[in-house]
Amino acid sequence: MQEIKIALAGNPNSGKTSLFNVLTGSNQFVGNWPGVTVEKKEGKARQRDGVVITDLPGIYSLSPYTLEEVVARNYLVEESPDVILNIVDGTNLERNLYLTTQLTELGIPVVVAINMMDVVRKNGDKINVQGLSKALGCPVVEISALKETGIDEALDTAVSVAARGKSIPMHAFSGEVEHALAHIEEAAIHDLSPEKQRWYAIKIFERDKKVLEALDIPEKTVAHIESDIRHVEEHFDDDAESVITNERYGLVARVLEGNYRKNRLGRMSVSEKIDTVVTNRFLALPIFAFIMFLVYYISVTTVGTFVTDFTNEGLFGEGFYIFGSFVPGIGVALGDMLASVGCAEWLTSLIVDGIVGGVGSVLGFVPQMLVLFLLLGFLEASGYMSRIAFMMDKIFRKFGLSGKSFIPMLVGSGCSVPGIMASRTIENESDRRMTIMTTHFIPCGAKLPVIAFIAASLFNNSALVAISAYFIGVGSVAVSGIMLKKTKMFASEPTPFVMELPAYHMPTVKNLLFSMWERGWSFIKKAGTVILLSSMVIWAGSTIGFVDGALAWSSEMSLEASLLGLLASLVSWVFAPLGFGSLEATVATLMGLLAKEEIVAVFGVLDFSGFTQISGYSFLVFNLLCAPCFAALGAIKREMNSTRWTAFAIAYQCAYAYCVALTVYQLGMLFTGNFGWHILGGAVAIAIISFMTYMLIRTPSDEVIRIREGRAKVTK
Amino acid sequence: MRSLKEAKIGEACKVVKLHGEGAVRRRIMDMGITKGTTVAIRKLAPLGDPIELTVRGYELSIRKSDAAMIEIE
Repeated sequence: MQEIKIALAGNPNSGKTSLFNVLTGSNQFVGNWPGVTVEKKEGKARQRDGVVITDLPGIYSLSPYTLEEVVARNYLVEESPDVILNIVDGTNLERNLYLTTQLTELGIPVVVAINMMDVVRKNGDKINVQGLSKALGCPVVEISALKETGIDEALDTAVSVAARGKSIPMHAFSGEVEHALAHIEEAAIHDLSPEKQRWYAIKIFERDKKVLEALDIPEKTVAHIESDIRHVEEHFDDDAESVITNERYGLVARVLEGNYRKNRLGRMSVSEKIDTVVTNRFLALPIFAFIMFLVYYISVTTVGTFVTDFTNEGLFGEGFYIFGSFVPGIGVALGDMLASVGCAEWLTSLIVDGIVGGVGSVLGFVPQMLVLFLLLGFLEASGYMSRIAFMMDKIFRKFGLSGKSFIPMLVGSGCSVPGIMASRTIENESDRRMTIMTTHFIPCGAKLPVIAFIAASLFNNSALVAISAYFIGVGSVAVSGIMLKKTKMFASEPTPFVMELPAYHMPTVKNLLFSMWERGWSFIKKAGTVILLSSMVIWAGSTIGFVDGALAWSSEMSLEASLLGLLASLVSWVFAPLGFGSLEATVATLMGLLAKEEIVAVFGVLDFSGFTQISGYSFLVFNLLCAPCFAALGAIKREMNSTRWTAFAIAYQCAYAYCVALTVYQLGMLFTGNFGWHILGGAVAIAIISFMTYMLIRTPSDEVIRIREGRAKVTK
Repeated sequence: MRSLKEAKIGEACKVVKLHGEGAVRRRIMDMGITKGTTVAIRKLAPLGDPIELTVRGYELSIRKSDAAMIEIE
């Protein structure tokens, strides 16, 4: 039997993900669409053999402007699936059917599944399914993805329609437009198969650059077509793209006429009631602060820390007590076991200290992250996340970020890895890159022990150290945003912040667990690969070294003799201007790349000997701001999806950290009356401050302004 | 010309024309703000920008700078 390919298409917030989960269960493969960081999900239908479902990104239209839309339409046009299952929100038919008018002209059979029928019925709205089906020219079924009703019928209909094969789209626009479309079909694309002609004709009419490039129509024909398009534009006093959009909404209105009746409720809906409080002018921000505190408190402070401490100190550490009896940690148990079977000492050390110790220190954060993902999944699915973006947009826009950058930053205060991963929801590529680059400036959970350690050993446990660390983090996000946004690299065309505020609804436990697991698993996979490799390398570097002039291995290798120590002694001069050119500090910084809390481990027994308050603080600043740990670097690489951008991000982070730490140290030394070579250092620090100030206040170049205000000339 | 940016909270206005071009304009139209549509201003975000609108029976938020491109009666 031949495999049937179903493409699942629909607006964001239409319940597409829920439907996909019901249809495929756990048979899902999550990946990326080729070349872009838009998530691609595929799955085999649970209820039926030989049916593969591809979940397209949630889109409002098939315009050529956003990544998601381009990905979706390329898939539909080039891969031509056997049938499109178009999920439509029954409580928001008008805008949802707008996409349907575009899907039905592709020449691929379409089945419309009206979702949220339970809510529609409860509201008392009336939908005439037969009437809609006739007007749209495709089968229409009623479903509820949440209540799991009508799913089998939707799937059966899709499969039987797929068997019928290609469908020739209906002609549905007004006379003038149809006339021009007929001309275009005749003049430019009559060689294409009949079911595909309408889609191409409309795109040519809209002057869609991507389609025009792909078709490569002779110039003479283009000129001929252009006169047809102009004629219609003059008639409607609007440009071709708008004419088509208007035609589509007009078509939707005709389709709904007589087939849909909205029950005008005299009272406000529940969602509206929630919003009068939650996005209220005065209450919104306090409520928001409270919710964020709650998320942070539950995931990072209470539940998260409890479970994380257990995994770090119990499971991967010494051991733990259960019902009064002691259970050794994995490392200890494994060590005992390996010793009892007579395993070589170096291998035991590699497994216990290197792998279990290294991977464990990172995996220890998994429970905390799962809690966080669960809470964020709830905020997202309930509809509150859009309100956060709505509230925070004005602030973040000033730093070249978007309202949606708040979430990555908040998550980043727990761990940068999911924070960076959360940047996916930001549409504007330049905003997204900026968010990816700056998220780790916010001190993550692993940096807290470092802050605490320095505060304890050098600053008499002053709370100011931790507070200033957060201020430096937030300040660095703002400063970097403003500086970078003025460069050509980050200049981008204005992206509309045109965002739906979906009606609130209670997400199902099942869908929440799905989203939590998806994100958690992607982190675990990373820890399993990147971290495994790097912990082995660092283990080897710290246990192999030169003893009496010969290369040797010892589990008790001294820092000075080890390869890691040798490497550190080669680069430690770099840190001298920052005040910490010692071997330990350099090794600690290198170890910080594995996981930031490893920094503390290096100093564990050595204490902060040789550090002054100023150099200690400079050390802290550098380690807070420089390149994050390998896991986060891996996340940056994955989300940037480009080696060049990843390299730039790391270089920027390190250079920025270096400049700030140098300024802190050198000026600190001068202010405390230490002159000598600090006069030169102070001059460099002042040069850095002047340069940064210039970068912050300068007027961007004309070119940047032109790119940014791509539309300035038109609005005048 | 009067733009949507100048409309008052609670006001319902009819769209006359969309100015601007490219991605922003197309997005606004795709979301249902087209010539002749009635748009109601619901509220401002707590910090004064963006705006919340009701269009075609659902809630939409747009920035004031984008609202300036929408000409109303």
